[in-house]
Amino acid sequence: MSRAPYLVSSAGALDESSRAAAEGAARSSYGRLVAFLSARTRDVAGAEDALADAFEAALREWPITGVPQSPQAWLLTVARRKLVDAARRRRSGEAVADTLQVIDGIVSEPAVDDSLPDDRLALMFACTHPAIEASARAPLMLQTLLGFDAATIASAFLVSPATMGQRLVRAKAKIRQAGIPLTVPERGELPDRLAAVLAATYAAFTEGWADAAGASVRRRNLVDEGLWLARLLASLLPTEPEALGLLALMLYAQARRPARRDAAGDYVPLALQDSRLWDRALLDEAEALLHLASTLARPGRYQLEAAVQSAHVARRISHRTDWPAIVGLYDALWHITASPVVAINRAVALAEAGDAAAGLAALDALTAEPRLRDYQPYWAARASLLSRTGRLDEAREAYRLAIGLATDEAVRKYLQGCLLKL
Amino acid sequence: MKYLLLIANEEAAMKAMTPADMSPMIAAYTAFSEAMVKAGVMGGGERLQPTATATTVRVRGGKTEVLDGPYADTKEQLGGYYVIDVPDLDAALSWAARCPGASHGAVEVRPIQAM
Repeated sequence: MSRAPYLVSSAGALDESSRAAAEGAARSSYGRLVAFLSARTRDVAGAEDALADAFEAALREWPITGVPQSPQAWLLTVARRKLVDAARRRRSGEAVADTLQVIDGIVSEPAVDDSLPDDRLALMFACTHPAIEASARAPLMLQTLLGFDAATIASAFLVSPATMGQRLVRAKAKIRQAGIPLTVPERGELPDRLAAVLAATYAAFTEGWADAAGASVRRRNLVDEGLWLARLLASLLPTEPEALGLLALMLYAQARRPARRDAAGDYVPLALQDSRLWDRALLDEAEALLHLASTLARPGRYQLEAAVQSAHVARRISHRTDWPAIVGLYDALWHITASPVVAINRAVALAEAGDAAAGLAALDALTAEPRLRDYQPYWAARASLLSRTGRLDEAREAYRLAIGLATDEAVRKYLQGCLLKL
Repeated sequence: MKYLLLIANEEAAMKAMTPADMSPMIAAYTAFSEAMVKAGVMGGGERLQPTATATTVRVRGGKTEVLDGPYADTKEQLGGYYVIDVPDLDAALSWAARCPGASHGAVEVRPIQAM
């Protein structure tokens, strides 16, 4: 390993201020430049390598010369030179001539910051193309658009860095070899393809949330990056209600973040959260987005999930939660997704609405679902509903299983507290 | 595939724990073990006594050398292990993340060489 090729790497010993300046410029340019170059060469890995060299040069020179007036043009010029070098090194006759021609075309296009075409949306569609294995899609977006290295992404997705590295290399090779286009799909294809982009964006965000304690800096970053991707999507697709719905959903979750831990760092479930700790600005933004999405009159799963969040946060004003309304929203979600996770939430909402037995019966219907056998929230929900219906021995057993399956220390502690109270 | 989960902790920090801190941790380990049994992946595991009780043996040139203490002096010490049988590394990593030791120290995941 000669150098860390990506921007956000665990290694790094540069002095703080020049690094911050260069990283700031990099953050706003990296994805745009990767997208711009790979949309023309269809070689994502090549574009990343060339840009890694360009950013390395920037980190070396900018602290001395100052950040240039047009950082993107500067980076693009250097990256283009690197692409030419790399193409010459490969020396495979005709292919080199073709590549050089493409690269020549790149520099003849305007390289002024504001007029550089924004191909990031096209890159997002390529990263989440059906020909790319599903487990590589969110990681690929994080790497190509935001410059995360494989090790950081691997930590968030709980796989080994080597596995994640291979997954990413394979996916980029597939784009090049299979000729996956870097284009925004036609209208007819758009809904299905957009669903994949939204799913990968949400995956990036929720993997960041998996570390609920926010103890891991790497994962906390992923939450911000997931939000950043969702903001980008919503700004590029302002008339797609699901893109707006997804951003709203993430903003609701982010707004409640400060209330998810008490002063001692212990886990606080939603129903017990102090609504004064919720971030009002983020909630207002989420509500406005959800409203805007609803005026487009095309409901979908992210809008419905955001609507559930909206119903929960309404108690900051009404001081009560409208559980029957939440059950109704989960019913609608279940019809769209048939997701066992939705079914769990619906069961809990049923119990909260006053019918614990019905909630428990709804959970019983899920026992055949193999994906839930090791799913901690299922056992925690089951334990809670069993204890409410007075089946204490079974409740204790379910709590013990939930504790054994928990990965978050604060959640484990909370569940142990619940078990002790029985 | 079988994997060994090696649990490394700072012994000094463990020693400093009060019984009130200790009992939820033991309960968490018990719950973790039960969960693995229920999932059908558990292949055994034990907690080890502290490294102060360790003795290391080496035979060099026909001479037996017996030393007091662990074989390596590290910041974190081996405190216990599990053997699990799961389909692949990703599954092994998700069990390692659930191990209470992962929240305090570190869990090393090592595939066991098939004989």
